[in-house]
Amino acid sequence: MKMNKLVFPLVLALAALMATTGCKKGFTKVTPLPGPRAMVGGETGGETLPSAGTIGGETPSTGTGVATPTGGGATANLDEFEGMVKDPAALAAYTVHFKFDSAVVQDNEQANIASVAQALTSDTNAKLLIEGNCDERGTEEYNRSLGERRALALREALAKLNISPDRIRTISYGKDKPADPGHDEAAWAKNRRGDFVLLHPKAGV
Amino acid sequence: MKKIILNFLTLGLVAGALAGARAEDINIEKPIDILGQTKPIPVSLDGFSGEAAEVLKFDLYVQGFSFVAPDAAQYQISGSSAGDVTGRVTDKFAKRVILSRSYNGASVRRQAHAFADDIVQTILNKPGIGQTKIAFKAQAPTGNGEIYVADFDGHNAVAVTSDNAIVAKPAWVPGKLALYYTSYARGNPDIFYHSLSSGQRRVIAGYSGLNTSAAVSPDGSKVAMILSKSGSPNVWVCNADGSNLKRLTTGLEDSSPCWSPDGQWICFATKIAERRRLAKVSASGGPIKTFNTSGAPNPTEPDWSPDGKWIAFTRQAGDFEICVMPADGSLAPSVLVAGQNPSWAPNSRTLVFNHRTPGYRQVLSVLDVFTKQYKDCQRANGSDSQPAWAK
Repeated sequence: MKMNKLVFPLVLALAALMATTGCKKGFTKVTPLPGPRAMVGGETGGETLPSAGTIGGETPSTGTGVATPTGGGATANLDEFEGMVKDPAALAAYTVHFKFDSAVVQDNEQANIASVAQALTSDTNAKLLIEGNCDERGTEEYNRSLGERRALALREALAKLNISPDRIRTISYGKDKPADPGHDEAAWAKNRRGDFVLLHPKAGV
Repeated sequence: MKKIILNFLTLGLVAGALAGARAEDINIEKPIDILGQTKPIPVSLDGFSGEAAEVLKFDLYVQGFSFVAPDAAQYQISGSSAGDVTGRVTDKFAKRVILSRSYNGASVRRQAHAFADDIVQTILNKPGIGQTKIAFKAQAPTGNGEIYVADFDGHNAVAVTSDNAIVAKPAWVPGKLALYYTSYARGNPDIFYHSLSSGQRRVIAGYSGLNTSAAVSPDGSKVAMILSKSGSPNVWVCNADGSNLKRLTTGLEDSSPCWSPDGQWICFATKIAERRRLAKVSASGGPIKTFNTSGAPNPTEPDWSPDGKWIAFTRQAGDFEICVMPADGSLAPSVLVAGQNPSWAPNSRTLVFNHRTPGYRQVLSVLDVFTKQYKDCQRANGSDSQPAWAK
């Protein structure tokens, strides 16, 4: 190894010499590296990754400016809810909680669901957003599906009380929006929930 | 050398098979180490300093090499990183130099990654992963975050969104600078296609309810995903542009679809009789087939290796752990390390995943499946999770 260390610079020097003198049998091959571009194969015209700023202009939260799907196109259901005003306080008292890893609506939650149904029955212009949430025990995408199933289960429970599912939108936040940031059973119990957000028609419509 | 490695793997599999038979006989429900105890390849590293040394150590460690004194090394790696990176590899057994190369251009980091790739190619006869990319989700304590793209070791991270919204599950288009991912930017979880070369993006699935977990077919022509528009979260498939949508599953609750490398199957997590299971369905539809993951309770987040041999996934027995099983279901899963969200490297032996820090944040880490060696990546902002390795 000591020998190698001594010989190595000589090899390099020799290689460099050969390279400069045009000899094709250099010991050390040189790999020239391109600049930072086309790093994973690259599309046509693929250059550097764009900065966040480049893309920012195209992503308004209202959705205008974001191209609509070319196929499928079934955002019509959502469009009916477009522009409605969220009223999270109105039904905040009726949040429904779930058992661990379950989307089954417990019997003792029926009073809450009846109260939500009553609010929608008395205000026929109002619609409803149901937000499904999970505790942190469960992988991210698993919880996103579980949260959606909880929201859908609540929609079904309301349908049984004659609230049309057409008036209800569901959204799952998985474990991304805990009500309590703690890491114990008390926090988890609060986080396994379905929140009801009343939606009012936009003023003047 | 290739032969020696193959023999190691074969031995591991045979040993695993024997252990499997024995476990079945006496009915022990314990995960079996199907991978065997593949020993890392001992190498020595001399002459490199700073970033170059750091890169070489990281890259080689997560591809199954360990670092020892020159006398104990099977391969001696020496060179210099004063200025450009120059290096060579001596096979101590064969007593000859098997690689001698110098690099110029780009950065010292990149030169060192390139040298690591040449070392891996020379010794393992397989392409290295030193110059590959990952995408991932970086989340702030508010729950909102952005999609990032970085070198596989977490360096040179760049935010490719500026949504300040919940984002999730980036997926690369094979061989292209383009991603699919989920963003709540429009107030609903929608799936976006985003060209990283033009910066243009558009919604390819924005249906009522859940639109998430896009996974691109190996030929780039199709996208599998989870939609709930029919009343439950299920696996759907569509063309790359969102057209030709088709429902593939009808169970209670599905998540995390991924493709077999031949494009024939989609593996996903499902729930049957309130138990979490892994299953697969033909990409053209048909009955689902469940996997036997005994010993690995609550499996989710499957990812199929590019060589088709393995499925990595997350089990949950209290905490989350990364598991690997043969894709043909011939052996029970092997539990590797604590973590979740495994994604295979192009080399089908290294995984990127995330695990929890004591402060309840997630950090990305890179794992060599065969030696179980892993190292944490450089952090981006906040909590980093759901890495996807570009292939």
